[in-house]
Amino acid sequence: MTIPVDPQATEHPHPSEREPLPRRDPRLEQQARNRLHPQHLSALQALGRGAAAPQERWMGPKGVMRRNPHVGHFIAANGRKRIDRSGRSGPAAVGAGQPAVVAKARVLPLVEIASPAFLIAVVPDMTGGRLSSHDRDVLGLARQIADADPAHQGAVLAVTFGTLREEGDAADSVGLGAAGADRWLHFADILHDGYAPLAQLAELEAIDGKLTPRLWLLPESRTGGGERGRRLGARLLCQGDALARPSGNAYQLDGELAAIGRGELAEVNVTGRSGNGQQDLTRALTRIVLCEAECAEPVEDVRHAALPLEWEPASAARAVPDVIEDLGPVAVDPSAIALGEAEFILSAGNGIRDWDGFHRAASLLGATEGASRVAVDDGFMPRARQVGATGTWVTARVYVAVGISGAIQHLQGIQRCDKVVTINTDGGCDMVKRADLSVIGDAGAILASLCQQLEAERSAGGDGPSVGQAPAALATSSSTSSSTSSATLAADAA
Amino acid sequence: MKADRSSVAQQASTPLEVVSLVSLGQHPVSGRLRRAEQDARALELCLALERQSAPGAVSLSAWHASGSEIITGSEQDQALRGYLGMGLEALTLVTPNTLEAVDSQAAAIDQPVIDVWPLLVARLKQVAPQLVVCGGQGETGEGSGLLPHLLAESLGWPLVEGIVAIESCDGEQLIALQALPRGQRRRLRVKLPALVSVDSAAPAARQSAFGQARRGELAAVASGELAHDVLAEAFSVAPARKRPKRLKRIKATSARDRFKAAAAKAEGGGGKRLEGVSAEEGAAEILKLLREEGVLR
Repeated sequence: MTIPVDPQATEHPHPSEREPLPRRDPRLEQQARNRLHPQHLSALQALGRGAAAPQERWMGPKGVMRRNPHVGHFIAANGRKRIDRSGRSGPAAVGAGQPAVVAKARVLPLVEIASPAFLIAVVPDMTGGRLSSHDRDVLGLARQIADADPAHQGAVLAVTFGTLREEGDAADSVGLGAAGADRWLHFADILHDGYAPLAQLAELEAIDGKLTPRLWLLPESRTGGGERGRRLGARLLCQGDALARPSGNAYQLDGELAAIGRGELAEVNVTGRSGNGQQDLTRALTRIVLCEAECAEPVEDVRHAALPLEWEPASAARAVPDVIEDLGPVAVDPSAIALGEAEFILSAGNGIRDWDGFHRAASLLGATEGASRVAVDDGFMPRARQVGATGTWVTARVYVAVGISGAIQHLQGIQRCDKVVTINTDGGCDMVKRADLSVIGDAGAILASLCQQLEAERSAGGDGPSVGQAPAALATSSSTSSSTSSATLAADAA
Repeated sequence: MKADRSSVAQQASTPLEVVSLVSLGQHPVSGRLRRAEQDARALELCLALERQSAPGAVSLSAWHASGSEIITGSEQDQALRGYLGMGLEALTLVTPNTLEAVDSQAAAIDQPVIDVWPLLVARLKQVAPQLVVCGGQGETGEGSGLLPHLLAESLGWPLVEGIVAIESCDGEQLIALQALPRGQRRRLRVKLPALVSVDSAAPAARQSAFGQARRGELAAVASGELAHDVLAEAFSVAPARKRPKRLKRIKATSARDRFKAAAAKAEGGGGKRLEGVSAEEGAAEILKLLREEGVLR
C-alpha cells in the first residue's frame, strides 16, 4: 500500500496561491505614451514611471546616443521649441544659462625615449624660423621609421640652423617636440641665417661621423633641404660611402620599416619621381632620403621630448674657407614678382574709384598689385593680376583687399593667405567676415591717408620704423644692379 | 647694369674660360628628346655674360658628356643641336677613351647607365676653366641633381645653386644673384674657379635657330675611362603614377562637429573690425598690422 503522492501538488500550487500573471494594461500604457491625454500623469504614476524625470539622452542599442526631444529643448525667439545641439545646455547646464564649457588647451602626452637603439636624423628647413608643413611631414616619416619596431625603439634627431621663432611653450619652444623630434641639435650661429652651405655641410658631416644616424631625411625643397642633402651625399660619396647616394624626390617607402632600425636598408624600397617628374624610380633605400611633401602623415596627439643635445661645434665648420660669401638680400621690384608667389599683395576691386591713388599706395607700401575679377573685366587691371579661382591662387602672407566684397571665387583664391586686411564700405560683406582686420569706410580716403602717413614717416625719420627687413644702405648700394634683376624678373614673370 | 662692361671686363690676353654643361632633355608631354630646359637657361646665362663683357674677354664652350657615340641625324643629335642653335659654333662631346658599343638591341635589354661625372672631372681638370655653369637637375635618367655636387666635391670647387643672373665676373671672383622663394633675390660673391647651377627661376632660354643648329659642329673629345653606374642599372623605372591627394582628416566625435567640418567656410576667426572711425585712424591701424607682420620695407 502506498501513499498516493500527487507530484503536481508540490510543483504547482493551487491557482489561488500562485503569483498573479503580469498583466499589461494597454489602455494605461497608451495614456502614459500620450502626453496630451488628460490622465497622462496618473497613468505614468500607475505604471511606476511618474516619479523619475524623463531621461534627456541615453545610449541606444547600436551605440548611438539617442535624445528625448521633449526634454532637451529651449524656447527660441520665435516662440517655438528648439533642440539645442551646441551642447551648451546639457543636463548640468539646463536653466543655469551658463556659457559653454571652455575648451582647455589640450596637454599632449609626453613620450620620452631614454636610450634609443638608433637615430634617424632630420634636417627641417625651418623657413622663416618656423616648421613648415613639409618639415612636419618629413618628421612624421622619421617617426614612423623610429617607431616601427617597439622592441627596437629608435629616436628622431632634428638638426636646425640659424635663428628660430620661439612661440610655443617653454618646454617645446619651436614645436619640434610636438612634430615628433626626440633629440635636438641647434646651431644658433648668426652665420647660418644667411647662405652658409659649406659651414652647414661641415656640421652635418661631423654629426654623421659622431652620431652615425641610420638615415638622413631631408625635405626636397628649394629652401635649403634638397641642397643640403645633395651636398652631404656628394661629400660622403666622394669619401667612398656608396650608400650615401641620395634618393631624391622620394614619396613612398615600401617594405618592412623595422628593417631600417636593424640597419638592413636594402630590405626597404624607396620610390621617387625622376626624369622631370614623368617617371617613378624605385630603388633600394639609401642613407640619405630627400622627401617630397606629403610623404607621410605628420605626428599628432603626442609630444616628444626634443631634448637639446650637448654638442661641440665642428672645428671644420669654423675653418671653412670663405669661398662663398653672402652679400645680403636684394631689393626687388614688387610688381615684377609673380602674383602666385608674392608675399604681400594689395588688391583692388569694384570699390576703387581713384586708381592712381591705388597704384601710388601699392608702390609706397612695396606691395604686389592684385585685382578682383570685376576690376579686371572693367579694364582697370591686366588679366594676369586677377586673384581668385579663375585667376591666380595666391599664397601671400599679408593680403590687403581694397573695395572687394569677397565673391566665393575670390575667397577661394586667397584661402592660403595668413593675414587678410580689408577696406570696404559694406560692413556685412563676406570679405569682412574673412578678414583679420577690416576697416569700414571710403577706400580712397583711407588709402590716401595711408600714403600720407607713410610719406610723413619716411621724410621725418629717414630710416624710421617704416624701414623693415631690407637695410636702407643695401637698397641704395644695389640701385645700379637692381635694374638688371628687375629686368630679369620681368622676363621671369612674363 | 645691362652692359656695364667695366665690371665684367677681362684682359683680352687671358680670356675667362666659361664652360656650360648641357644634357639631353625630354619634353614632358610628347616625350621627345629636346634641349633640357634648365641647361638651356644655363647656356643663356653664359651667352648673356659673353654679350655683356668686352669682345674676346669670355671664351665660352658647351660640353655634353656621353658614354656612347652620337650618330648624326639621330634623335640625340637633333636634341643636342638645339643648343648649337642658340648661337654656338661647336659643342664638345666628352666621351670615354673606349666608347660603349652602340648596340640598340642590347641597349634595350639591360640599359647600361654610364657614369659621366668621372669623364667630366677628368676633362675639367685638364682644361681648368674658371667658371662652369649647368642646369640644376637633368630631365632624362635619374635626374637626381647630384652631378654638379659631385663635380664640385671632386674638384674642390665651390658650388652655388639657383643662380638667376651673373652681375660681374673677373678672373678672381663672381658676383651673382641667387633666387629665393617668393621672388626674392640674394647677392653672393663666389671665389673662382666655381660651379654655378641654374634652375627654372633663371631667364628663359632664347629660341634655337635651325640654320645655326645645322651648321654647328659636334666635336668628340676622349677623356677618362668608361665606368658603369651599377647602382643606377638596378633601378626600376615606371611611368609616374598619380599621387593620391591627402584627405582632410576629421576627428570630430559628434554629428554636429562633423557637419561643421564638412560645411566649414574659410574664416579668419573673428577679425578686428573698425567701424565709424576716421580715415586716419583706420590707416594707422592697417600700418600697425603691416609692421607687425614685417612686410613693410
